[in-house]
Order: sequence, then structure tokens, then C-alpha cells
Amino acid sequence: MKKFFANQWLVMLVFSAVILTMPIWLSPIGAGYPDLLQKFMIFGIFAIGFNILFGLTGYLSFGHAAFLGVGSYAAVWSFKLLTMNVLPAIIFAIIVAGLFSVVIGYISLRRSGIYFSILTLAFAQMSYNLAYSVLTPVTNGETGLQLERADPRIIDSLFVEPTEGLPLTNFFSLSLSGYEGFYFCAAFLIIGFFISLRIFRSPFGLKLRAIKSNQTRMQYTGFSTKPYLLSAFVISGMYAGLAGGLMAATDPLAGAERMQWTASGEVVLMTILGGVGTLIGPLLGVGIIKYFENIFSAINENVLMAAYSGLPEGLQHFLVTVSSPFVGEGWHLTLGLMFMLVVIFLPGGIMEGFDRIKRLLMKPFSRNKDAVESAEEGH
Amino acid sequence: MDALLLQLLNGLDKGGAYALIALGLTLVFGTLGVVNFGHGALFMLGAFCAVVMQKILTLSEKVKDESVTFFDAYKEVPYLETWFGETGTMIIDWSVPISLFLVIPFMMLVGWALERGLIKHFYKRTHAEQILVTFGLAIVLQEIIKANFGANPIPTPAPDIVAGSANVGSWFGMGDNLVYPWWRLIYFIFSMIVIFIAFAFLKFTTFGMVVRAGMQDRDTVSMLGINIERRFTIVFGLAAVIAGLAGAMYAPTLPPDYHMGMDFLVLSFIVVVVGGMGSLPGAVLAGFLLGILQSFASMNEVKSILPGIDQIIIYLIAVVVLLVRPRGLMGRKGVMED
Amino acid sequence: MGVGTGNTVLKVDGVTKTFGGLRALDDLNLTIEEGTVHAIIGPNGAGKSTMLNVCIGQLKPDTGTVTFDGEVITGKQPFEINQAGVSRVFQTPAIFEDLSVLQNVMIPAIAHRDGKFKLNPFSILEKQDDIEGRAVEILERLRLTELMDKHAGSMSRGNKRRLELAMCLVQQPRLLLLDEPTAGMSRHDTNRTIDILKQIKEGGMTKVIIEHDMHVVFSVADRISVLARGHIIAEGTPDEIKGNPVVQEAYLGGSVE
Repeated sequence: MKKFFANQWLVMLVFSAVILTMPIWLSPIGAGYPDLLQKFMIFGIFAIGFNILFGLTGYLSFGHAAFLGVGSYAAVWSFKLLTMNVLPAIIFAIIVAGLFSVVIGYISLRRSGIYFSILTLAFAQMSYNLAYSVLTPVTNGETGLQLERADPRIIDSLFVEPTEGLPLTNFFSLSLSGYEGFYFCAAFLIIGFFISLRIFRSPFGLKLRAIKSNQTRMQYTGFSTKPYLLSAFVISGMYAGLAGGLMAATDPLAGAERMQWTASGEVVLMTILGGVGTLIGPLLGVGIIKYFENIFSAINENVLMAAYSGLPEGLQHFLVTVSSPFVGEGWHLTLGLMFMLVVIFLPGGIMEGFDRIKRLLMKPFSRNKDAVESAEEGH
Repeated sequence: MDALLLQLLNGLDKGGAYALIALGLTLVFGTLGVVNFGHGALFMLGAFCAVVMQKILTLSEKVKDESVTFFDAYKEVPYLETWFGETGTMIIDWSVPISLFLVIPFMMLVGWALERGLIKHFYKRTHAEQILVTFGLAIVLQEIIKANFGANPIPTPAPDIVAGSANVGSWFGMGDNLVYPWWRLIYFIFSMIVIFIAFAFLKFTTFGMVVRAGMQDRDTVSMLGINIERRFTIVFGLAAVIAGLAGAMYAPTLPPDYHMGMDFLVLSFIVVVVGGMGSLPGAVLAGFLLGILQSFASMNEVKSILPGIDQIIIYLIAVVVLLVRPRGLMGRKGVMED
Repeated sequence: MGVGTGNTVLKVDGVTKTFGGLRALDDLNLTIEEGTVHAIIGPNGAGKSTMLNVCIGQLKPDTGTVTFDGEVITGKQPFEINQAGVSRVFQTPAIFEDLSVLQNVMIPAIAHRDGKFKLNPFSILEKQDDIEGRAVEILERLRLTELMDKHAGSMSRGNKRRLELAMCLVQQPRLLLLDEPTAGMSRHDTNRTIDILKQIKEGGMTKVIIEHDMHVVFSVADRISVLARGHIIAEGTPDEIKGNPVVQEAYLGGSVE
């Protein structure tokens, strides 16, 4: 098992295969449609990036949604001013989010612990409030930034005749609706995962983990820790910018609500649920939360009635009454409870759960290993 | 001049709310060492106590409407009115102040249950984990409220007698331009009274002395053979009651909805940080200071010089304080400083 | 004496440090000769740990300077002082509890190679044989090889101390500061640590050691300074200190093993 993980190309091969075949293996559970798959990819990128900061350094940012929002705005502006091609938009989104995170990171990282969390929270709320008020010329306030037919689109106007109605986003002549959009995002997720894999296994990653473990010791060991932390912060901010850019690429509008602190809370939730500091954990968290959000919020009483239809009527009604607060509109209640239970009992998230199960299952084997071997020899 | 004074007054009631929430937050942090992201939800629960009290008092029976003669029409008449007539109507009118009698036992109970059931298991865990679990708690509480009361704000009016505005200017002989809603004035005075009682309780009772000593140095207090942890439940309950009172009385100013707690939480955290984590006077001072500064920043004269300042002033102050003086205005040296 | 090279490696010059009203260091002057083992002894609260804290940049002195290798290091950041060649073993083991023993030693080895900041997110750690090789070599010397893959936080206190020593040694510091390296160790472990300290004596690195255990002090030290109330009250070779009546009375209480 260890050998397998040691070979990064093999890991990447399996990972890519799993991701790219998602439309096939997710369709039996009703998650194989492009809209949801795109969400998996985009939030996956967001969470992977967040995990590089929180998972490796332990610095809990409560303002990462601001970078995602900024990325979205940057991408939509690229659609409006330059071209509907998504490639420049995404590059632009990453750069703008990166620059923004340099500024916020530089200031916020002067403090650690809960003070760092509050600083990032304060910056994110400032961005959110400004986006709604004075920055309306840039963000279009409450309506959100949208495409208009009258937008200049300087590059496009040189090559293409303007069409009737709003133009669509494209990746050179490839349209990005439906499964094409999914595969486009999936490509970025795979690249993003690869980068994160390399970071986890690099001296840089080890130094970040050492900072989480004992920052003071790091300084007495000859490391200037601030630049490392800032690098991690900016890298994760760029991931968030990429996620925001992809959001705009698949649906070209951007609104300030993407920057609100509860949106930052969501990525924290996803990362923790899956397993903070593990490579795959954040992706599991994203998958579970986005999947159940979709499924649970669509369930209503009729669906519940049907689900319990085999049972006696009294029991059926009882079960429907008991479960209905947790589905549909009440999905967030389930999410909150799930999240509390994870923090209380499984601080390492689902990945820790897997570990525990594995250890539990391996226990009898490791104890009786010799006996088994000798028995096999006897054959 | 009048405009400035008006803004000062405007800041007072909001500042009072900030101060009350921050007081509980900093008390819990100072004694229990817990960063409680669910504290805003307690404020919201208090506000919904007022809603519930209003609902209970207006429980109605269907009565045939005699004024409609050409078909059978029914109207809803609260039982209280049927039973007590005019007095009943008055009781309903006073539902917000009456709800305080519900808030105190209810919030004490909630505080007790949360501390025993959840918070006490997080004393020894990291601040990050405390933030996360209480954040989850806040989501759960607000979703429970949303499921039962819907997503829309629920108007919860103050008694009619204080519905208008007070002519504060004429009291001080400054003309009639300085008018201020009665209820907001009442809120300010109310918050001062609660703060006063809380401080007196902590200052003059033996219990309060132990709690304050524990905030200074928990290890020493434990060494003296005092089991400080046993008092934590009461401290947490006290913080919950203060937040609840703040919320219930705020209901007429801001019709309660399920996410009001989250909105106030972020602001009151900033108040706590600006005042100094674990400092009670700091929380009160910073609460009023930020409330007043926020209302000054929303003056048109200020906005025309610094557009958008009203939206970010509080966060900006928090950032500056954290960078320049991380222990806050009145925090003790060395607390959470690094 | 003939142990050292005759060059001064560390010079503490008129350092005063007060905490509130308390004078922890009071016009402290100390010179450490290159290549020696210099023990600092003194009663509790004499200012020994404060002195080390000033030397590694953890505390800034009120007045006075610390010079390392001819360069003033007061006011410099801890990592700069470390990069200049000063490593310290703390009184309570300061290690990376969440990482493996091997990783704990690899990190200072990387610091020694890469300097205070180098962004290398794409090079793979497992392929850096130079770093791993050096870490393993040091672990072998300190007999920690079999614990290599263990979680550092789960080890005994004695092993944590040895690990911290390994973390300092892998950096090949010019000056090693040791704050009570044998405190709380069994007799057996103490003797083993003495052996290790004597072994690394041959490397030519300078060591400053704070110690209460006189057995350790007299086994390893070339020179001894006695610190009391924030300044040096006596200094000399072990024999001179043993025979010094002032020291005996003030500190040793006349009984030396």
C-alpha cells in the first residue's frame, strides 16, 4: 500500500481515471449530471487549496470566500472586456486573487491563532460590504455582475461577428455547457490535485507541517516562518481564485454573496468533514456535502412517504414527521448536526474514520499473522 | 452640533447591544477559555423568546364577527382579550417587556444544557476546534428557529406608550431638532442596567470574586482548592442570559429573523477583540465605542469624504487594533498576544 | 588549558535584563572560547536560562550586547542567529511532536542546507538522499535509529531530549547551547548523555551547558562560570571552581561528589 502511494504517477493515473469516469459511476446514485459534477470539481479545487493553508499550517482562515468572489469578478470582467474565451479569464482570475491574497495574507499573518481567523474574517466582510456598496461600478452591487450585449469584448470583436443575444463562454471553439464544462473543470482539478500532491511531499510541505506543530521551534531551527506562511496563504488564495474563475466560466455571472463569511465557513466545513491535512479528505468532504445538499434539499414529504411506504401506516407517518425537519429546507440542520458530530467524535474527519476502521479490521490479522503463515506452510 | 449629538444617540442603543453580547462572549472566553461562535445564536434565541411570548399572549379563539351581518364571518380574538378585556389588550401590548420573565429561566436552561452537554468537553481542545463546533452549533440553532418560525423577520412591536420619539433636545434646552425613538433610549438604559448588575454581581459576590480571580489566573485558583470548573456552568448560563436579554429587548428595533445571530456574532467578536479578549470593561467600552463610531461613519458628511466607510469602519478598526495593539484596548498584557 | 583555539566565539558584554522590578541579568559579562565546553552553574533564579534566551534572540536585553563570532547579534531574529551557527537544546524538549522522529531531524538538516527561506514546493522530499542520509547518520550516533519512523510526541522524555540534541547536531552548529540536558534523566541515561557530549567534543564545536548535576558538569566542562543574582561571581577551570571557597559557600554548600 505504501509502495503504491510512493509512486505519484500511479496515484495520478488512478485519480484521473476516477475523476474522469465520474459521470458513469455517479449516475446510479443520481449524481451523474453535469451541473452537480461541475460543482464537485469547482468546490473540490477550492477545498484542496484551502487545505494547503489550514491542513498544513493550521492557520484557520475564515475569509477564503473573498478570494473566490474576487476570482469570479475578475473572470466576468475578462468576458466583458476581452473575450468569451475562458482561458484568459481563468488566468486573470488566478492572478487577481493571488495579488489580493498577498495583501490580505501579509497583514493577517502578522497574528496567529484566533486573531488570524478574525483578521481574515474582517477582511472578507469588508470586501463583501464594499462589493455591495461603493464598489457597485465594479461589482454591480446586489444584482451581481452579468454579461451584456453591449460589452466591448475587444478581442472577440476583431474575429467574430456579434451574435443575437448574449454570447456563450468557450474554450477556443469548444463550448462549455454540459459535460464539456465538467471535463474542463475536471482537468483543472486534476492539475490542482497534482500540485497539492507535490506540495505535500516536498520539503516545503514538511516545513509547513513543522510550523503547525511548533512554530517557535522552527524559528530557532533557522527558518523565517512568515514567508512560508505567506506562500501557503497565497497558493491557497490562488486555488480559490481558480475556483471562482471556473464558476464564472460555467455560468458567467458573479455576485457578492459568494464572498460572505458563511461561504468561507462552508469550505472549512467541507475540509474538516473529509479530513483536514489529508490529500483526499477535502475532496470527500466536498463530494458528500454537495451530493447530500442536492439530494436532501430535493426531498419533500411526498418523497418521504414513498420511501417509508412499505411500513405500517402509523410508523410511516411517525417516521415522516421525524425526518422531515432534516430534509428539504432543513438540509442545513442536518449539515450543522453532521458537522458538530464530526468535530466532537472524529476531529480528523472521514479519513480518520477510515483509519480507525482499518486498524480495527487489521487488528486480528496482525496478531495472528505468524499463525496464519505457519498454517499456510503446512499445506 | 445637533447632528453630531443625534449620531451619538444613534450609536448608543446599537453599542448597548454590542456591549451586552460582547460581555458574555468575553466572560466565557476569560473564565472557560472557550471561543464561542454560537454566542450570536443565543442572542437570536433571546429575540425569539420575545416572539414566542407575543405568540403565546395572542393565542386566539375564533369568534363570530357580529359586525358582518350578511354571512357568517369569524375573526380571531386573543383569549386574553376575551378574559380580561382592556387589561388583556394591554398585556399583549407589553409582550416584549413581559418576555424578559421567559428569557431569564429559558436562557439559563439553554446555557446549562449547552455547557454540560457540549462546551465542557471542549475546554482542553484547541481554539480552532472550539470555533468549529460552536459554529456548527450556531447553524443548528438557527436552522431550528428557521424550521419553526420561517425565514422572514417577525415584527415584534414595543408597547404603544413608547412607540413615538422622545424630544431629547428640549430636555437639555437645545431646541426641538433632537428627537430620538423612545424604545432605543429605553434599550440604552436597559443595557446600562444589565451591565451594572452584571458588574455588581461579579464585583461584590464571593462567586464573582472567584470568577474574576479565575480570569486572572486559573491555575492559582485551582491550587487554592477552589473547583473553578464547577462554577463554569453558572458563568456560561449568565452569559447566555445576558445575550438573551439583549436579544429580546432588541426585537422591536430589529424584527427577529433566524440569521440575526450570525450578523451580530461577527460584530461582537470584533468588539471583544478590540476591547481585549477576556476584559469585561474592555468589552463594554469597545461595544459603545464601535456603536457610536459606526453611526458617525454613516453621516453623509463623512461618507462624502470617505465613500463606503460606514460599511467597513468596524472591521477597519479591528484590523488596526489587532495590528497595533493585539491585546486590545483594555486587555491584560500577555493574553493571547503573540 | 589548551583545549580551545584561543579565539572568542561568544561574548556577552554588559547585558542587563529586567522583568518588572526583577533584575534577571545585572551587567553580565561572559566570554566563551572557541572549542571549549563551558558550563554555567548557579542557584535557581540566577538568570542562567535568561542568559541563553538573550543569546538566541528570544529576549532583547535592556542594555549591553551579545557578540557571536565577531558580529553583534543582539536585536537579530532567532532564525538569523541560528543560521549564523547557534543551536539550542531547550529545558523542556522543543520538538515537532506531530511529526516522525526522522522528519524532526530532516527539518534542521534542510534549514542548514537551504537557509532561512527557500520555496521548493515541487522537489520531492523522499528523493533528497543528502538530507535523509545526514539525518539517519545523526540518529545512529544517538542510537535513535530504531525509533526513526515513530511519532515524536509519543516518545519518552529522555528520548525527546536526545532527539532535540540530534536536531541541533545535524545543523553542525559552531555554538551549541544546552539548557539542563540531563534534567529528569535516569543515572544510566545521564551517563549516556555525558558520553555523547564528550564524543561531540571532538568535532571542535563550542558548547555552553547549563547544568545542576555537578557530576555532569565536572565530567564534561573545560571551564566553569558561576552565575548568581544576574552576574558572574567566579570563573575558572573545574579544579579552580572546586577549590574556590566563595563558590563552595555560596552555591555548592561544600559538598562535591
